[in-house]
Amino acid sequence: MRRRLADFLPLLVIWLPLLISVAHVVGFTAWTTWLSFTPSDLLPEYDWAGLRSYRAVLRTENTEIAYANLLVYGVGYVGLTMLIGFVLAVLIDQRIRAENLLRTIYLYPLAVSFVVTGTVWSWLFNPGQGIQKFVNGLGWTSFRFDWIIDRDFALYTIIIAAVWHGVGFAMALFLAGLRSIDPDLHKAAQIDGAGPFRFYLRIAAPGVAPIAISVLVILLQYAIKTFDLVRLDRRRAGHLDHPARAGGLRLHVPARPARARLGRRRSAAFVADRGAAALLPLHALAGPAGAHQWIRRCAPAAG
Amino acid sequence: MDKALRPGRWLTYAILFGFALFTLLPLIVIVLNSFRTAVEIGRSSLIGWPAGLAWRNWSEAWGHFCIAQRCEGIRPYMENSFMMVVPATILSTALGAIAGYSISLWRFRGDTIVFAIVVMGVFLPEQMKLIPWALVLRELDLTNTIGALVLIHTVQGFSFTTLFCRNYYIGIPQDLMKAARVDGAGYFRTFWRIVLPLSPPILIVTVIWQFTGIWNEFLFGVTFTTGGQQPVTAALIAIATTPATDVVEYGIESAAVLLAAIPTLLVYFFGGRYFLRGLTAGAVK
Repeated sequence: MRRRLADFLPLLVIWLPLLISVAHVVGFTAWTTWLSFTPSDLLPEYDWAGLRSYRAVLRTENTEIAYANLLVYGVGYVGLTMLIGFVLAVLIDQRIRAENLLRTIYLYPLAVSFVVTGTVWSWLFNPGQGIQKFVNGLGWTSFRFDWIIDRDFALYTIIIAAVWHGVGFAMALFLAGLRSIDPDLHKAAQIDGAGPFRFYLRIAAPGVAPIAISVLVILLQYAIKTFDLVRLDRRRAGHLDHPARAGGLRLHVPARPARARLGRRRSAAFVADRGAAALLPLHALAGPAGAHQWIRRCAPAAG
Repeated sequence: MDKALRPGRWLTYAILFGFALFTLLPLIVIVLNSFRTAVEIGRSSLIGWPAGLAWRNWSEAWGHFCIAQRCEGIRPYMENSFMMVVPATILSTALGAIAGYSISLWRFRGDTIVFAIVVMGVFLPEQMKLIPWALVLRELDLTNTIGALVLIHTVQGFSFTTLFCRNYYIGIPQDLMKAARVDGAGYFRTFWRIVLPLSPPILIVTVIWQFTGIWNEFLFGVTFTTGGQQPVTAALIAIATTPATDVVEYGIESAAVLLAAIPTLLVYFFGGRYFLRGLTAGAVK
């Protein structure tokens, strides 16, 4: 009997958490997907409704705007973060002083919740209280910085806050990549008379390309997941109640109505089946790509 | 040497420190504001030097400030967050270490594919899991409890911790495992005697990473808990979304926001090295 237990226990310890995790990953995705094809509203119903939710999402006037915004946001955020991150990494790689101090500063936003980040940035962007008022107070009274209440520009304030948050991450990865380039290559380039620009463009940039792909995939994940920052940036900053103006990822907002009823009545609310419908195509693409990237990069012994 | 004199050098420093200032700006602003009175802020703007040290902001934020009609300050929510983050961090790290060991060193049929699926969990957006979680929590009768958040963060964090630990353990030579087997050590003995003593570096990384991530998360907090059960991030949203009818107490709010950010900032400043290692885990190899 003891012997049996000794054989059995490791199996249990190995498999139980893994099975729960697999059920959570596969099962929950399938569940949400399934619900998106049912007429569930306040309570789950498991009748087949076909593409009804999907049509409803597409009919919503904001869907198009939301996807367009997501595109602008994604490109702006990922592009800027990677560009600035790379430039900072190259500059830090110049054997400068205070490297540790600078790295610590650049990275601290990552340790802070989006709730905090969003709150502070929305204050700063608020024309009545923040940067605009400050500059006005300095004597430049015609200065205007009211993007956050401007329907065409609100999205860019979110991009600024997101870039602020993510640059340190991109910098850290690029720097690690630059440091792993063979120093002999650097010397060889110098002997050949290649200036620093040529070196970084011709040798270093291709050298960190694999890392750039990792950064890209991870940032894209963040971009699609971003919901927190948008919520925060919208509030109180002005008149951002209209989702189209808030720009952003209205796609992610279904979480809100779900909550309002959920918490109080303990009956789940299923407004979010539409959210799932809107999100599915994106995640169907991004999820596996991301996982593949991680496994490829960090699983040399997978075979 | 002569390098220091080149104009390019100056430009390099100007850009680096300029950007550092931009990065620090929100932190500086909020720290300064936490010492300024509402009147003072109203007169000038949110950017300014405090006239005196308004410590009252901090005590109000900690113990008296009204959040969604409950005037107990941020303290009960901070306690909730600790009650959530400590067990969830410990559980997810422990389970991840064992799973990472099973997958990378013990090996079993199908380990690669199971690992791949578990890692997918890292990339699964929270929104996709919201409804199933709601249904599961209802079945378990855990709605609006801190236990629910512990459960969610443990299951969810498991994907991260397994990834981290597996990538670390894969570097342990298989010969060590063989030697242990020859000596007759079983699954648990091998883990306890050989793997665990080699683990502190990765466990520190994982704990720091989990602590920060779980503390900062708020979608689940805001969705599955209300009122006095909310973690601090969710409570901050409640502050933020309270209609601003009167004068906004920016000073007190700043102190509250800072209080909520302090635990993770402390973790970052003392464990920054490990934090970075978690960040680059897997991405650079």
